[in-house]
Amino acid sequence: MKFTEEHEWLRVEDDLVVVGITSHAAEQLGDVVFVELPEAGTTVSKDDEVVVIESVKAASDILAPVDGEIVEVNEALVDDPGKVNEDPEGDAWFFKLKIEDLSVLDELMDEAAYKKFVG
Amino acid sequence: MDELKRTPLYDLHLALGAKMVPFAGYDMPVQYKLGVMKEHLHTRAAAGLFDVSHMGQVILRGDDPKAVALALETLVPVSVAALAEGRQRYGLFTNDQGGIEDDLMIANRGDHLFLVVNAACKETDVARLRAGLEPKGVSIEYIEDRALLALQGPGAEAALAALNPAVAEMRFMDVATVELMGVEAWVSRSGYTGEDGYEISVPEGAAVALAEALLAQEAVDAIGLGARDSLRLEAGLCLYGHDIDTTTTPAAGNLLWAIQKVRRADGERAGGFPGADIILPEIASGAPSVRVGLKPEGRAPMREGIKLFENETGGAPVGRITSGGFGPTVGGPVAMGYVPSERATPGTRLYGEVRGKRLPVEVVTLPHVKQSYKR
Repeated sequence: MKFTEEHEWLRVEDDLVVVGITSHAAEQLGDVVFVELPEAGTTVSKDDEVVVIESVKAASDILAPVDGEIVEVNEALVDDPGKVNEDPEGDAWFFKLKIEDLSVLDELMDEAAYKKFVG
Repeated sequence: MDELKRTPLYDLHLALGAKMVPFAGYDMPVQYKLGVMKEHLHTRAAAGLFDVSHMGQVILRGDDPKAVALALETLVPVSVAALAEGRQRYGLFTNDQGGIEDDLMIANRGDHLFLVVNAACKETDVARLRAGLEPKGVSIEYIEDRALLALQGPGAEAALAALNPAVAEMRFMDVATVELMGVEAWVSRSGYTGEDGYEISVPEGAAVALAEALLAQEAVDAIGLGARDSLRLEAGLCLYGHDIDTTTTPAAGNLLWAIQKVRRADGERAGGFPGADIILPEIASGAPSVRVGLKPEGRAPMREGIKLFENETGGAPVGRITSGGFGPTVGGPVAMGYVPSERATPGTRLYGEVRGKRLPVEVVTLPHVKQSYKR
């Protein structure tokens, strides 16, 4: 698993990059009450705001961690946003990206580096 | 920035794992380990203990209690003189423009009046009281050595009655002096969550023991300011500085129920408070825009500052949201805000602009969640 400074995790499954937010991020956000997902098929560039997530406290965005095409979104989160708090690094993935070159993930933090990053 | 003040329960908050945030000059718990959502639901299902010691407690005294009540009536459009001993009511400090300077609770405790005012306004409120009432022979005692706790929810009565059964006899808006844990507590059956419950003023040195005795009970959990906000929003209660302020009149704020007949035009003690010349005529004429309940039709929360429009496209904003978020008991977004009076009828559809998109929102009757006071 790889991590970004925006507190997203990325994991490769069947050549697709699955993206979610870290347990640390979910805890900081508090209870998530609303998730707005992009359409599958959307082409995104790194740092595009692709998901809106609202907790009891505030709204925030999830950014595209790398360039690619969103090929699948986790619709279950729309009906049950609380999943983001229950299982942020498992079931509560947000979207799957098809990217040209998986090696761009090598530049991201590994788990040890991320742990150090959040202190 | 000035150093944040701490309430007598500060160390207890930390021990309970609270997340602390600055609020009205105090370092206050916004949530504990349960989190806002569970704390909210726990309060409606059982009982929640809130530290509201940041709020201002003030005692007004004079040789003649009736004269003290009449003196306070020069600052609030409320009947204080007819408030019976052992009873409390909601009030407003108004200004010459008819706006609201603060909202407060006024209790008749026999030989004195006891006021509870908002934390952010307490210094100005005390100054206002001194300037307005001292010349009338009223002494103003600003109490800084007592904590204030709120115990709210259907389990509040049993939890507090375990410490002194006398509190079970109290009804909504009753006030009484009660012994709790060996100290004199000033208790009112009231609160700001829409639930039955109590507000309890105790000497600061006794606050931790009282809080711990309540928290030791199965039904009671510590609840932070986050859930306090969503509870009062569902209950349709105003947050001063957001839903009402110095520019909103009582009519606009939908608070005319707080102005008793006796203080209205043709009443026995009509007017005589700041802004009466604006506030009283508006009771008949109505305010151009009024505070209403708003229920977003979708799932997206509409928060403070969201602009409201009449149509899905075009046009200038006609209103705004002043409080909004997710209502855990409602299970969806809830809000309140100001709309033109001709658009204030429940069932009216407006559009709130969220992230550039206009989403439908319906005007609804407040409260969002039925209040369950013990009358």
